[in-house]
Amino acid sequence: MKNNKQKSAAAVEINNIYKTYGKKTVVSDVSFTVEKGEIFGLIGPNGAGKTTTIRMMMDIIKPDSGEVYILGEKFREETKNKIGYLPEERGLYKKQTVMDTIKYMAALKGVAVSNEHIEEMLKHIGMLPHKNKKIEEMSRGMGQLIQFLVTIVHNPPLVILDEPFSGLDPVNTELLKGLIKKLKDEGKSIIFSTHQMSQVEELCDRLFMINRGSKVLYGGLDEIKHKYRENSVYITYEGNVGSLKGVTQSREKDGYTEFFLDNKTSPQDILQQLVDKRITVTRFEIGAPSLNEIFIRIAGVNGEGNE
Amino acid sequence: MNKIKIIFKHELLTTIKRKSFIIMTVAFPLLGLLLVGGYGAIKGAIGETPPEEINIGYVDKAGGFDKDLVHGTVTLIPQENQQTALASMNDGDISQFFVIPQDYMTTGSIIRYTLGREVEVSSEVYYAIERFLVNNILAGNVESTIIDRVASPLYLSSITLTPEGKVAEQQGGFTSFIVPYIFSILLVVAIFTSSGFLLQGLGEEKENRVMEILLSSVSSTQLITGKVLGLGTAGLIQIIVWLVSARFIAGIASTSIGGMLSGLTIATDFLVISLIYFILGYLLFAIIMAVSGSIGATARESQQFSAVFTFLAVVPFFFIVNIMEFPNGGISQFLTLFPLTAPLTVILRMGVADIPIWQLVTSMALMILTTVGSIFLSGKIFRTFLLMYGKTPKLGEIIKALRQA
Repeated sequence: MKNNKQKSAAAVEINNIYKTYGKKTVVSDVSFTVEKGEIFGLIGPNGAGKTTTIRMMMDIIKPDSGEVYILGEKFREETKNKIGYLPEERGLYKKQTVMDTIKYMAALKGVAVSNEHIEEMLKHIGMLPHKNKKIEEMSRGMGQLIQFLVTIVHNPPLVILDEPFSGLDPVNTELLKGLIKKLKDEGKSIIFSTHQMSQVEELCDRLFMINRGSKVLYGGLDEIKHKYRENSVYITYEGNVGSLKGVTQSREKDGYTEFFLDNKTSPQDILQQLVDKRITVTRFEIGAPSLNEIFIRIAGVNGEGNE
Repeated sequence: MNKIKIIFKHELLTTIKRKSFIIMTVAFPLLGLLLVGGYGAIKGAIGETPPEEINIGYVDKAGGFDKDLVHGTVTLIPQENQQTALASMNDGDISQFFVIPQDYMTTGSIIRYTLGREVEVSSEVYYAIERFLVNNILAGNVESTIIDRVASPLYLSSITLTPEGKVAEQQGGFTSFIVPYIFSILLVVAIFTSSGFLLQGLGEEKENRVMEILLSSVSSTQLITGKVLGLGTAGLIQIIVWLVSARFIAGIASTSIGGMLSGLTIATDFLVISLIYFILGYLLFAIIMAVSGSIGATARESQQFSAVFTFLAVVPFFFIVNIMEFPNGGISQFLTLFPLTAPLTVILRMGVADIPIWQLVTSMALMILTTVGSIFLSGKIFRTFLLMYGKTPKLGEIIKALRQA
């Protein structure tokens, strides 16, 4: 493309996009960059604008203003073949078998996959025995996993997953997390959105937190956690600690106690005191707030809602 | 282009594997064969049964009505008076009787009495009595050949001529209308079967939420084009099966049943024009259905939208008498030119009259123009509404989308 500003290596680059429906602004001045090979979280409560942002990335909705670059170029029809997209509102042809579904969906992405390849993928998630079942004969969780296979069957360099864990039981959630990590190991760029912030903290390298269409937080997970860390330690212990020097406050939590420290005291000082007091410590952790706790602190509301 | 082919193949295969499609395709030829075969079987089983004998009594008060008592299967039996006539009727010797009053020659009025109720006098009885009266009135006064001519002055045969004065190939009449009539029904069924599948398919894809996955792989234009062509090919296969078997069955019917159906043939140009109007009609209605399908939140709601257009398509059936009597009249011409009613009207008109070439050409051109226009306008509608789930857009939103098209 002649006039396409050739953007460098970023998997996705979004510059100042806006989207308004009637009088309601759904997305306002959102900008972020997803680097190649990273897992990027788009995090926020329900109705925050995640799906609208993703649909603008997918060129399903046009932004009122702002720019979107996918793999260094503006969205073209061919771009669709390079993206694996799992929409929030998803389903498959109910009457089609698993094999036919995966084959057809891959063909629509411009890739002819062999039966052997599909069987191998099914085997990997333990669903090979179901290959000739119709979609309507499968449980919701199994259907979700097939959806995920459909999303990645054409081996796309960029994978966008909108609420991939909704409707999955804990076992399948772990399975899917493993599959996403495997994609990262293969060098793919992954974006996923979720409203269950705490559940997925471990997955993302960097994240964009959104609320009411606007940025709340943007950056690396560690960097954010470091910035918003409480000066506290989580300790599980046996016996009675009595009073510790430098501790301003302590809070009993589920199975551990959180100790808040004053500015002059470091976690090492506390550990030293515990060792001196000959107290058996079974867990000692530097206090870091969960993403949800950070969200509450910044946005003033509980991000995970009631779900 | 390649993706359109993939969608085309998928839709075509899915459709022709559908049970309802297979049943519909096979049902009409089977039904035709069954009717023709059944007719032959019944005729063979019954054989040439002798027609029923009818005995009619009469009381002659005017006098002189005593000759020519047998007319085919009807026999007239004189009765003394009404009492004896009633008695014979109760005995079953006669099934009915009538009275010729004294002043019959001036009034012509006859009263007929029966035991059973009936809708109207059977034509057999009516003509036997009429002939009996005519023969008796004229007997002795006029020659018998003249009597015959007065009684039935007209055995009419009509022949359609070409401008050169030769006997035309298409002779019109009942048999030439019955084929277009049946065809027009088949045409409508074929158009609405395949465009209905399109509507249903889009509705299901919205309801099942496959739509967003599809649109993240292909453009809405590719999707709709592939679907329209795939389902249209399925419909074309269906109507070709029907046309070929109709021609075959018509051949059987004309030789085995004979009589009224002996002239039953299906002309080639009729088949060709039927096919052209199937394709044009299908394309137009497919686009309309696709638009309805993308607007409606559920398959059912989409069907309600499209019902308006389906109704317009069958409007010619309401004017069928008018089309038969005035095949080149104003209503017929209007319905031929109006794109939504054209397919049905043309087929119906072709049975009774030749349609001027300019009307056929204009009608086809208008259909093509309307279809192309609809495709142009629908593009924006698909993009806007295919992904609008669970909520039906307001009229204002649709108009707004059309303006931006």
